[in-house]
Amino acid sequence: MMHLKETELCLGLPGGGDAAAADSNSKVTGKRGYSQTVDLMLNLQTKDDSSKLQNISSKDSIIKPPPAKAQVVGWPPVRNYRKNVIKAQKNNNNEVVEISGGGAAFVKVSMDGAPYLRKVDLKLYESYQQLSDALGNMFSSFTMGDYGSQGGGGMIDFMNESKLMDLLNTSEYVPSYQDKDGDWMLVGDVPWQMFVDSCKRLRIMKGSDAIGLAPRAVEKCKNRC
Amino acid sequence: MSLAGLARDAGDAGDYFIPYPDQVLENVLENVLVFLKSRRDRNAVSLVCKSWYRAEAYTRSEVFIGNCYAVAPRRVTKRFARVRSVTVKGKPRFADFSLLPQDWGAHFTPWVAVMATAYRALEKIHLKRMSVTDDDLAVVAHSFPNFKELVLVCCEGFGTGGLAVVVSECRHLRVLELIEDEVFDDEVDWISCFPSDGPSNLESLSFDCVESPINFESLEKLVARSPLLKKLRLNRHVSVQLLYRLLIRAPQLTHLGTGSFSPLEESNNENTRETDYVSAFAACRSIVGLSGFREIAPEYLPAIIPVCANLTSLNLSYANIDAEQLKPVIRHCHKLQVFWVLDSICDEGLQAVAATCKDLRELRVFPIDGAENAEGPVSEVGLLAISLGCRKLQSILYFCQQMTNAAVVAMSKNCPDLVVFRLCIIGRYRPDHVTGEPMDEGFGAIVKNCKKLTRLAVSGLLTDMAFSYIGQYGKLVRTLSVAFAGDSDIGLKYVLEGCTNLQKLEIRDSPFGDSALRSGLHHFSNMRFVWMSSCQVTQEGCLDVARQLPRLVVEVFRRDEEEGGQRGDFVDTLYMYRSLDGPRADAPLFVKIL
Repeated sequence: MMHLKETELCLGLPGGGDAAAADSNSKVTGKRGYSQTVDLMLNLQTKDDSSKLQNISSKDSIIKPPPAKAQVVGWPPVRNYRKNVIKAQKNNNNEVVEISGGGAAFVKVSMDGAPYLRKVDLKLYESYQQLSDALGNMFSSFTMGDYGSQGGGGMIDFMNESKLMDLLNTSEYVPSYQDKDGDWMLVGDVPWQMFVDSCKRLRIMKGSDAIGLAPRAVEKCKNRC
Repeated sequence: MSLAGLARDAGDAGDYFIPYPDQVLENVLENVLVFLKSRRDRNAVSLVCKSWYRAEAYTRSEVFIGNCYAVAPRRVTKRFARVRSVTVKGKPRFADFSLLPQDWGAHFTPWVAVMATAYRALEKIHLKRMSVTDDDLAVVAHSFPNFKELVLVCCEGFGTGGLAVVVSECRHLRVLELIEDEVFDDEVDWISCFPSDGPSNLESLSFDCVESPINFESLEKLVARSPLLKKLRLNRHVSVQLLYRLLIRAPQLTHLGTGSFSPLEESNNENTRETDYVSAFAACRSIVGLSGFREIAPEYLPAIIPVCANLTSLNLSYANIDAEQLKPVIRHCHKLQVFWVLDSICDEGLQAVAATCKDLRELRVFPIDGAENAEGPVSEVGLLAISLGCRKLQSILYFCQQMTNAAVVAMSKNCPDLVVFRLCIIGRYRPDHVTGEPMDEGFGAIVKNCKKLTRLAVSGLLTDMAFSYIGQYGKLVRTLSVAFAGDSDIGLKYVLEGCTNLQKLEIRDSPFGDSALRSGLHHFSNMRFVWMSSCQVTQEGCLDVARQLPRLVVEVFRRDEEEGGQRGDFVDTLYMYRSLDGPRADAPLFVKIL
């Protein structure tokens, strides 16, 4: 589906491989002359992908349609706005009607030291891990280091304050967010969906700067448990 | 020469002495030129001589800037002093499809800063694909006491906070149209910020792209005190019940964008509700344009039947309905001229359109599903039916999974008035699915038979032959979009050498390289822009163009913003355009200007 379209990595394929002219009955001469760029999900950078790439670029195996996850950015040329609306409607049809559902949830993302602001649509992601991958791609010098790799799909253990402090001291950058009340919190303190609903803005800050947010995060977690 | 000298010489020659002859001519000219609206005519007038140039500049009240980087704001305000309306376009169209990196540019800020002092009498601003901030909107609100119209299309960077400032301070606001913008939800109740004292001047209000919820009570009161309101386009937070309350307050509407067109909650009195909607629509005798229908509950669609007979424009392109749901409505739309729809209606739905809408001028069929499947709900069958039924067709945008040359050829013959032909076969490199041949002949017939064609978008399997047809016959083509097509440089050469009126060229993922690029050197300065992404142009090729055409700004960048702009041996994206004021100062780091 249309995940992570803003952050898709682009790979130019060697040779004239093409997976899309999939009809085995077509009288294509194969003289296409150029390979299209195929975008793969960030988190599929494994050995499996390189073998998938091999399949795509070898002309002999172009019988079946492209693997589901290989998408071309910006194709078909339907405006992002329209895509978002249609997608949101599909989601609504599948679930119980939610009044505030659908549409996109764009939030501004800034990174300390970066000269530009970005925007992400939180509804494109389903977990903290996906969001962190997307942010990593957007701000290529942003590494979460140990922060993102804690257990539970990206959720941090906020109960242990000293452990949290250690984490913030070692991490290069940590993501923080501004919630509906205007408070700045550490990302990962609430379940994903709750985060999507309450996050108004994201800021990627130095771990050492984020230490001040830690007590609040711990407090919030304690209150919830 | 002195006045006395002039008089003496004139007298000697037996001629009449007219004081300040240039001045008289200019006065007359100005009085005549005031009536000239077309900018092409005005541009021609300004070339006659210096005196006509001055008179034209003095009387031009509407300025159109097709590319915000083609000219510096100050140059515009210096030449045209008495401007009431400004239109500025920014990013290239492929930005809509995520092919342009964020933060590329097209900022409105430098424009509004200069206009704030130069154009005190400004009344209208129309922007397309520009980056507009809340601060910019505040400057607009504070600088132009007579401000009347704000139209923002495909813009981003502002939020409901900025809107609030505009609506509260621009007391003469007549038109506020937000079309497919990305609007931040700053949680500001901007609808309540319209001045509430006395009747409002509002004639047109469109906010269907604003995703944040709206204060309905304020909206209802606003509509009630806007007797001149003709166009109202709501966002999806207005349910069909709330829509009803608005309709009964504004029976004078001519254009309506419904909100979600579905009920907010389940109701016990569904039948009586339905009858109410029918009479609400029936009371709106003036409606000629309908749109919206987001999250439609299809059983409510027949409520619009009372207005169908008068409809000239119907946009169902967010409504997932099938042919059976469309038919009862469309069979009443005899006067329809513009129809936008989703391919969920299938070929059968298009046949119903063709049977009734004999006056159709513009058709757009959008895909529900963008995946490259083998089958699709619409095909050459629908296209053929439309071509047979809608002979007056001028503009078509048609997404499908498969097509045949025969159907396209038929359309070229049945619809000779076509000005815009955009066919998007979603399956890339897909040939004619019946004959297996490339789609060359179909597009060839279009350029050959549609003698008024100015805009063309091609798709499917295309060889250089298709481009030779375009170059040979597409003499009036101004805009050309190419994706995943062609065999070699020769294809692009045909186009650049043949299409003498080409203004806007956008190409992606096609095997055109430096040699092809060079063949356009004679023409690039006459164009608004050239976009080539994922093609085979190299850094050297682009540098060559930049050196030979110093008035051209040649930008090279990568979509993922890596610096340098290269992807392997080739340039990732080339975007070049003419400019009177040299390369822009606000280019981000990842954009390389050669």
